[in-house]
Amino acid sequence: MEPILKIQNIEKYYGNKSNLTKALSQLSLDVYKGEFVAIMGASGSGKTTLLNCVSTIDRVTSGHIYVGDTDITKLKGNELNRFRREELGFIFQDFNLLDTLTAYENIALALSIQGVSHKKIDRRIQALARDLRIQDVLNKFPYQMSGGQKQRVASVRALITNPKMILADEPTGALDSHSSQMLLDSFKHLNEDLETTILMVTHDVLSASYASRVVFIKDGQIFNEIYRGDCHRKAFYEKIIDVMTLLGGE
Amino acid sequence: MFIKLSLRNIQRSFKDYTIYFFTLVLGIAMFYMFNSIESQTVMMNISASTKEIIRLMISILSGVSVFVSFILAFLIIYASRFLMKRRNKEFAIYMTLGMGKRQISSIILCETLFIGFISLIVGLMAGIALSQVMSVFVAGMFEADMTKFEFVFSHSAMMKTILYFTIIYFIVMIFNVFFIGKQELIDLLTSHRRNQTIKERSLWLSIFTFIVASIILGYAYYLVTAGISFLNTADKILAPISLGIIATFMIFYSVSGFVLKVFMLKKSFYFKNLNTFVMRQFSSQMNTTVFSMSIICLMLFMTICILSSGISIKNATSAELKEMTPVDVCLYKNWDLSGKKANGKEYTSKEIEYSHLDIRETLEKVGFSIDQNFKEVLMYNNYATNDLTIKDTLGSTYQQIHKQYPYLRFDDAEKIVRLSDYNKVAKLYGLPTYTLNNQQYMIIADFEGMSSIRNVALEANVPISLLGKTYYPKYNVCREGYMIIASNHMNTGIIIVPDDAVNESIRQQSVMIANYNANDKDEKRKIEEKINQINHQTNIEGVSKLTLYESSIGLGAMVTFIAIYLGIIFLISGATILALKQLGESVDNKERYHMLRKIGVDEHMLNKALFIQIGLFFIAPLILALIHSFFGIKFCGYILTTFGDEKLMTSIFLTAIFIIFIYGGYMMITYLNSKRMIKD
Repeated sequence: MEPILKIQNIEKYYGNKSNLTKALSQLSLDVYKGEFVAIMGASGSGKTTLLNCVSTIDRVTSGHIYVGDTDITKLKGNELNRFRREELGFIFQDFNLLDTLTAYENIALALSIQGVSHKKIDRRIQALARDLRIQDVLNKFPYQMSGGQKQRVASVRALITNPKMILADEPTGALDSHSSQMLLDSFKHLNEDLETTILMVTHDVLSASYASRVVFIKDGQIFNEIYRGDCHRKAFYEKIIDVMTLLGGE
Repeated sequence: MFIKLSLRNIQRSFKDYTIYFFTLVLGIAMFYMFNSIESQTVMMNISASTKEIIRLMISILSGVSVFVSFILAFLIIYASRFLMKRRNKEFAIYMTLGMGKRQISSIILCETLFIGFISLIVGLMAGIALSQVMSVFVAGMFEADMTKFEFVFSHSAMMKTILYFTIIYFIVMIFNVFFIGKQELIDLLTSHRRNQTIKERSLWLSIFTFIVASIILGYAYYLVTAGISFLNTADKILAPISLGIIATFMIFYSVSGFVLKVFMLKKSFYFKNLNTFVMRQFSSQMNTTVFSMSIICLMLFMTICILSSGISIKNATSAELKEMTPVDVCLYKNWDLSGKKANGKEYTSKEIEYSHLDIRETLEKVGFSIDQNFKEVLMYNNYATNDLTIKDTLGSTYQQIHKQYPYLRFDDAEKIVRLSDYNKVAKLYGLPTYTLNNQQYMIIADFEGMSSIRNVALEANVPISLLGKTYYPKYNVCREGYMIIASNHMNTGIIIVPDDAVNESIRQQSVMIANYNANDKDEKRKIEEKINQINHQTNIEGVSKLTLYESSIGLGAMVTFIAIYLGIIFLISGATILALKQLGESVDNKERYHMLRKIGVDEHMLNKALFIQIGLFFIAPLILALIHSFFGIKFCGYILTTFGDEKLMTSIFLTAIFIIFIYGGYMMITYLNSKRMIKD
């Protein structure tokens, strides 16, 4: 099977000649359709830089990133915007919902900027809202919702465009444990039942334990990766802790 | 240390200050320009009567300038308060570093001084440069010949500008220091965390308010146009004005409540591109700025009315003058002064003797040659008697009219002219001539306010009696016309009767109409000076085309100047407030636009959304102001009939240019500034 995301030897430097920081060095990674990949690492390890490069928010210094057949490191200007709004779905730690718009309008915006008709928009929102159990909050404003609800609304917004891949940056970072679990259950449902590909950056072991594969990054390189396989989530959790200990204890 | 810090602050936030700085410079430049008119006109070749008008204008302008300085002071205080609020976080950092409020105040003092100093210099330079252009304009307005171009600099205007603005800056400093003193660290630190709740007003309440407001507004419009005859005393104008103000507030309040719902109804529009976002932004902005929007709408309304009426007065006077002055001079002299008094004193025997001479004889007697100086000479007499007053002419309709216009001078004797005399004059003026049988009379008038009153009586077929005989009106309305040249339509009514209806016993004035025997303006002026010299020994009075031109063109120009001055200041004030409100939003907008960028909205679409949002914000008050103005200008046209009728198109066009330049300029600066703000 061809990978849906193919990262080849990417490097990312910050700063200038006299003061160079290597954020990513010679990193390669393949993600296949239907995978739920968690990327873990300490702060400063380069995990967010990696996600930013994949999401085209940031540019790599060298190397290539393919999404499907497109080399996204070669895209420019409006192509980039088009790619971002049509092929990718984003979920951010701080939700990034527009405070002036209702949940429904926030979600609709992702489609209306693609020129989708309002009837189609409505049909798709109703269907996905049922899936992620946010029908009740569709007409509320962000300030009237709980953190978990906001993040589920953001997830629907990310999914509504049928993206090739969902990119999530610390999605549970601003949630309490109960909301976190509900969100992660939703992710699991999306991944297992709807075959959505998810790439999630997190430093929370519980979140990572929901994934089918966990990639550990240290100093801009892949340090280790483990697959869940058939093992239970609790057991997988223990395995992650073990790697973390190894990672920190070195 | 503080100076260095404040300089750095200004340098860094210079772009945030653009609007503030722009407003200061514009305000100062305007202030200088209009106060330096005196020195702009000094070197012009203008007549004494124009000089008189300019002197009057300068004294009015200096009064207006005090008013303007109040407006500018409020505006500058408002703008600086606004900028201060934007810097809460910076002040919080100073405070956490242990800086005292006094020290922060001194930083602010330095900044205010520095900005004030620079804006004064730049503003004065701009003012001096612009006043060079303006002096050409001034000369054109007063129809003066610019003999040579000279560099104009007014020392007194400069000192006045510096003085006024120093005072304004001083007040601003006091306000700012006071503002700092009130701040608490915890509020400053958390000020950016606004928990903004979106207020949604009840839809039905909004619609209800809107309907009520429309009715009130409609009534106010009715009062100043169709129902204008009820506004017969000055205090009654307060009713439509206050109704208009109240309705304006209600309209903005209610529209902000349902504008979004209206757009939501059209789903295919609402869910297209960024429309959802833009409409939400616009409606929440309107919600929070109902008060400012109403104020700005009213300011724009005043600007439009003042500018277009001001300019049209000038245009109308020029046009009307041309029409109303077919001859060079009209002279008149009272007949038979024996037994009459002037200022409580009897006339001298010499004056009485002179009063039995007609104008030709009088002029010849003091050595003024009519044949040499005049051509196309025409003479006639006015008659009047206390047995025929306005009250008598109104006859049976008097009671009704007295009730409506209690202050009319009903006991004044009517002016009576013989038909053949009138026809002679009318022929010379190019007006229609008439015939009457020996039982008929007619009235010639062109002052609309008065002819409408007279028409009531003519309609009722009211007869008049003169020297024992009775006459009936030939026409049921006044016929338009005049006999004495004037700067506008001000003939309140002349009774025209058959030639044998009057005799010497009621002769009141002799009149002479003539053209000067001259080829150009200078020669005409020389003849006119001759008449002025002999005037004091002859008791002859008169009007001449030249003086009418000079005084009314001067008057028109003066009104226009003051109108432009006030109009620009109002426009600047309104636009500045809007621009600042919008820029204040940009801080919050920055985050929103950043989010939009993250979900893949491209720059082109973002800029378009921003442009529409700002455009709507600026245009909303303009729309209502335009509707107001439609009726306002009509009303101005009505009350200014003494100055002249419509001919509005040119002035409306000029007003539009003014508004597009200044208001549109502010809008563009706001857009560019906001665009920059959401980018970084």
